[in-house]
Amino acid sequence: MTTTVIDVPEIPVVEKPNYLNQEYGAVSWLLTQDHKRIGILYLLSVTGMFLLGGFFAVLMRLELVTPAGDLFSSDTYNKLFTLHGLVMIFFFLIPSIPAVLGNFILPIMLGARDLAFPKLNLLSWYLYMIGTAFSLLVVLLGGVDTGWTFYTPFSTSFSNTHVVLMIIGAFVAGFSSILTGFNFIVTIHRMRAPGLTWFRLPLFVWAMYATSIIMLLGTPVIAITLSLVAIERLLHVGIFDPAIGGDPLLFQHLFWFYSHPAVYIMILPAMGVTSEVIAAFTRRRIFGYKFVAFSSLAIAFLGFLVWAHHMFVAGISVYSAMIFSLLSFLVAIPSAVKVFNWTGTLYKGSISYQTPMLFALGFIGLFLIGGMTGLFLATMGLDIHVHDTYFIVAHFHYIMVGGSVMGYFAGIHYWWPKITGRMYAEWWARASAVLIFAGFNLTFFPQFILGYLGMPRRYHAYSPEFQILNVMSSAGASILALGYALPMFYFAWSLKFGKEAGNNPWGAAGLEWQTSSPPPTENFHTTPVVTWEAYEYRPEWSDGNV
Amino acid sequence: MNVADPTEEVVSHKDPQHHITSTGTYYLIFGVLLVLTAVTVLVAFVDLGRLNTPVALAIAATKATLVILYFMHVRHSTRLTWVILIASFMMMGFLFVLTFADYLTRGLLTY
Amino acid sequence: MSDVPHGHHPALKHHFEDLGQQHEASTLGMWVFLTTEIMFFGPLFFAYALYRSEYAEAFAEASHHQNWKLGVTNTAVLIFSSLTVAMSVYFAQKNRRKALVVALALTLVLGIAFLGIKAIEYHEHFEEGLFPGSHFTYQSPLAPRVQMFFVLYFVMTGLHAVHMIVGIGIFTWLLIRARRGEFSLEYYGPVEVSGLYWHFVDIVWIFLFPLLYLVGRH
Repeated sequence: MTTTVIDVPEIPVVEKPNYLNQEYGAVSWLLTQDHKRIGILYLLSVTGMFLLGGFFAVLMRLELVTPAGDLFSSDTYNKLFTLHGLVMIFFFLIPSIPAVLGNFILPIMLGARDLAFPKLNLLSWYLYMIGTAFSLLVVLLGGVDTGWTFYTPFSTSFSNTHVVLMIIGAFVAGFSSILTGFNFIVTIHRMRAPGLTWFRLPLFVWAMYATSIIMLLGTPVIAITLSLVAIERLLHVGIFDPAIGGDPLLFQHLFWFYSHPAVYIMILPAMGVTSEVIAAFTRRRIFGYKFVAFSSLAIAFLGFLVWAHHMFVAGISVYSAMIFSLLSFLVAIPSAVKVFNWTGTLYKGSISYQTPMLFALGFIGLFLIGGMTGLFLATMGLDIHVHDTYFIVAHFHYIMVGGSVMGYFAGIHYWWPKITGRMYAEWWARASAVLIFAGFNLTFFPQFILGYLGMPRRYHAYSPEFQILNVMSSAGASILALGYALPMFYFAWSLKFGKEAGNNPWGAAGLEWQTSSPPPTENFHTTPVVTWEAYEYRPEWSDGNV
Repeated sequence: MNVADPTEEVVSHKDPQHHITSTGTYYLIFGVLLVLTAVTVLVAFVDLGRLNTPVALAIAATKATLVILYFMHVRHSTRLTWVILIASFMMMGFLFVLTFADYLTRGLLTY
Repeated sequence: MSDVPHGHHPALKHHFEDLGQQHEASTLGMWVFLTTEIMFFGPLFFAYALYRSEYAEAFAEASHHQNWKLGVTNTAVLIFSSLTVAMSVYFAQKNRRKALVVALALTLVLGIAFLGIKAIEYHEHFEEGLFPGSHFTYQSPLAPRVQMFFVLYFVMTGLHAVHMIVGIGIFTWLLIRARRGEFSLEYYGPVEVSGLYWHFVDIVWIFLFPLLYLVGRH
């Protein structure tokens, strides 16, 4: 019997109006004032810069497989670690969570229609892109070799690379982050929905608030400091020049006055994401809400008082070094408070291990190691031995990569359904989280040992007895790279083929989960009125996907 | 930072701060500022030893305070404005104090 | 935007509930921005304080080459301009359009006068061989530290002048809007926040003047 093929006519699916389909075309994106679209513009550009920074890292780890400096000359290697640091810090880590997730989610979390200054928000993205353009120009012209730290007098008087161009790029990118911070502070103060008091805010908002304070108070200092380096290069004389009585250490003081708080700009948002994810996937309020909220402010404040722990061996007075050492111990306290509170939330919580939770748990473990090794470094006596070794490199990568990047990935996975209206493939995502965790530890744990054994940083050649650990580290880097590559594929796949997400696939609390996925352009059809505490769960909010 | 009664209608924010400083106040402050400027110059030509600098700075700080309180309306501004101002001067204070702590104590210890 | 009533003030931006919220947001925004400016100038004042404490004699010698008469004139000019700025906020609040336009125009004139005087000073310094770098031809046993003073002088007053130029641009734009009658008691935010910026730039000069022009004059 022949089978008859019946043509079933396709029932056209009418999409709800949302911020993605409201307007089409490149111009509607490039001139948008919608914070959600700007968040996506940042997502694309920040991902590009992450790949660029990662590329430099790959080249460095390739060189370090063998003890001899045989792949690159030392000059080229100098450029590699400089560009890796500059791109990753200024063009990836600092904007990542605030400019991508903060821009997208913060107004919705507050029940607002947009940020306070939408045009300035768009300007901040353009400034970021101009900064990026200068960086790419510098890379094409042969790079910079001063280290991302630009220490004088090498940067002012002796480097033959494009220092001034790079400074312009960093300066402009700095203004981008000032605008973001400024927008967030005003929005949080003046645009909360009715009933949304400070202690009903999600902890992500507190984290973004504290981050914004640091961005505002710190970034101008590095802006003027780098300008002074540029001026000294151009005039051939300047305030850091010993020939006219200048002190190179003044540069270091001013540089680190920003660059230390900058690391809190990089970690606080990740802590905010962690609070959200831990709450959602334990189905509980965060234990000790007020402690976590105030600890964000405490980190922002204390973070400004510790900068010279980067200068213990630079020639500062031993008395001021002691003061900075003590202050550096103090700043660990609020961070520890957060870790205790997350642990307290997990205890007897109803835990589920979705991908965002895997990244958040990874964050807690890796941040713990990174943070505790920070205490080793705050101890002056120990720091003298491990300064400028791989111990430092391992410490800050545990915090920046094991901390910030894991937090960023947790946030991207957590809010992906809200941003795109699609679910990603959960098992692939879990695989990538596991690969990242494993690859990360294999890459960076050996570096603690290498540093302790005495291998200096920023060298393209090393003593042969360090080779095994270096090979382990490079092998780990390849696994890490695979772990980072996977999301590109399954996220892209999800855009077309992913299951459609409802309003609240995780059953989480928070205003962002009460509007559609993706949200309409104005975020809410009617301004919400908040009558509940933070993280108060209502069963009727769940889509049942948990 | 106040708890809105959620059963009320969505309440709009207060009207803009309508405090209007009088022109008399503005002219007075202007006059004082000019006088203080003259004083700064005159005192600079008098030898006060080590006090010259602190006095000059104190006069400048007074002038700045007057501009802030009256021309910039901080006298009648919200508490948040005061907090922001004080926070920024405090942060500058930390930069000065902690960095000078290094410079002033160098060379104290002789090995 | 389904719940925003139409027939609202033309200057109301749609993401705000009402003009009150918009005014509060823009004022808070300007204060937050001024915080960043304090942190931008601050390190320069620190560097100045550091080097002056270490090289007091050289800084005094250098300061003697400053034209204090032009400096005090400029100080008076800026203080006067702060008055005209404060008055323009007053006139806007009182719906007095013509007076507002005059006050803004006067502010612009004073700002430009300030820059003109600075240009004369810079020229004088250049002629005397005091501009740092390859043009520095000043001779004295303390010449290197004197050059340090002038690096700080040109960077600090140069940065200040850049801020003045931006301020002049902002006030030109304000003048154009004021002539169109855009400001009133209901909506005078832009005049107020631009005024805050201008006053800040004035305050920076209030500190620069004694520190740069009046060192060791006795």
